Amino acid sequence: MTGGSKRGHDHHDHGHDHDHDHHHDDDAITFRVRALERIATEKGLVDPKALDELIETYERRVGPRNGARVVAKAWTDPAYRELLLRDATTAIASMGYVGRQSEHLVALENTPKVHNMVVCTLCSCYPWAVLGLPPVWYKSAPYRSRAVSDPRGVLRDFGVELPADVEVRVWDSTAEIRYVVIPERPAGTEKLTEAELAALVTRDQMIGTAR
Amino acid sequence: MNGGQDLGGMQGFGPVIPEPDEPVFHAEWERRAFAVTLALGMLGRWNIDMSRFARENRDPADYLTSSYYELWHKGLERLAVDKGLVTQEELRAGRALAARDPSLVAPDAATAMKMLANSRGAKLDDPVAPRFKVGEPVRVKNLNPPTHTRMPRYCRGRQGVVHLDHGVYVFPDTHALGLGPKPQHCYSVRFSAGELWGEPRRDVVHLDLWDDYLERA
Repeated sequence: MTGGSKRGHDHHDHGHDHDHDHHHDDDAITFRVRALERIATEKGLVDPKALDELIETYERRVGPRNGARVVAKAWTDPAYRELLLRDATTAIASMGYVGRQSEHLVALENTPKVHNMVVCTLCSCYPWAVLGLPPVWYKSAPYRSRAVSDPRGVLRDFGVELPADVEVRVWDSTAEIRYVVIPERPAGTEKLTEAELAALVTRDQMIGTAR
Repeated sequence: MNGGQDLGGMQGFGPVIPEPDEPVFHAEWERRAFAVTLALGMLGRWNIDMSRFARENRDPADYLTSSYYELWHKGLERLAVDKGLVTQEELRAGRALAARDPSLVAPDAATAMKMLANSRGAKLDDPVAPRFKVGEPVRVKNLNPPTHTRMPRYCRGRQGVVHLDHGVYVFPDTHALGLGPKPQHCYSVRFSAGELWGEPRRDVVHLDLWDDYLERA
């Protein structure tokens, strides 16, 4: 499976033989990856400290909390919301979230009658600086194949039953523009601070697989 | 290309299975594959469209049975050899056998972080006029290039409406082949789900499509 789910769920769901095969697969790819890294390091094509820094950045520093802060600010600051919907690249850069895979951004606002959902059917395009690296399911064949043809069925996989009168707008990220969904502000949150609101926002809401 | 990567509308893969509390990486080799891909890319010997083509240009069976970072690594091995960074012999031996091209300088950690933050993306300043206006009906050409394209099969021949003009962007089809950015407008085109899938539904699908993919409807 293209998302690597064989190393995730199937690993636990199937019997011993499958597990055994997967360990062999892991050994083979581990060997290949290690070989190229060693060659590149020996030749001075990569700096080991740069590799560590890249991993540290995307594993520890960048993640969906960035996007959640953007959403919370849009919920509390009408001028920011207006800028975000008109020019998301500028609005999101103003919060310090810039760089690779987030150079050109568009924000999509959910309403009571519109639900937005983002996919990349051709690979795995995702707004790294805003949401971090994508989860395995986002890169997997089940999501990439069905998000465009059966978005309501995909939403049901996530436990979301969308009313028939809500329009689904799917955005297939086929170019270098990256999309971020702005979910609706929950009712009864009028007294919450921006930081408290940010804590309510989930990654899946900003992809569009949660309401 | 009509390869294993063009998944939109395919059937039979089963449900989406989200993983609770998913880690960013699932194995150490994934961390290494990710970082080496970014770092070697920073040497500037290839662009993102070449990277995508290197990952997708393979037997669909290989594509569909490879995990995500396996595809990254397989694509990277191919580019590193094709663009002269390493040799097949070195990959087989698992160690360096020759010196690097002395003009190549590996970015240190600070430079790598600057390159990530300052990434310019694919938008261009070239003064190219748009061929289509927002609100105009367009049809996607029925093109089947054996090389890289960002026009999924499921939209070909279908009619939609220009929803947004994103401006002038690098054209991936030529860029992936080293034939230059061929600057042109890229649009968000809105299609009804009924137009794409044949049954009337209220839902819509947007795709980002370039001038060269489109004709007047």
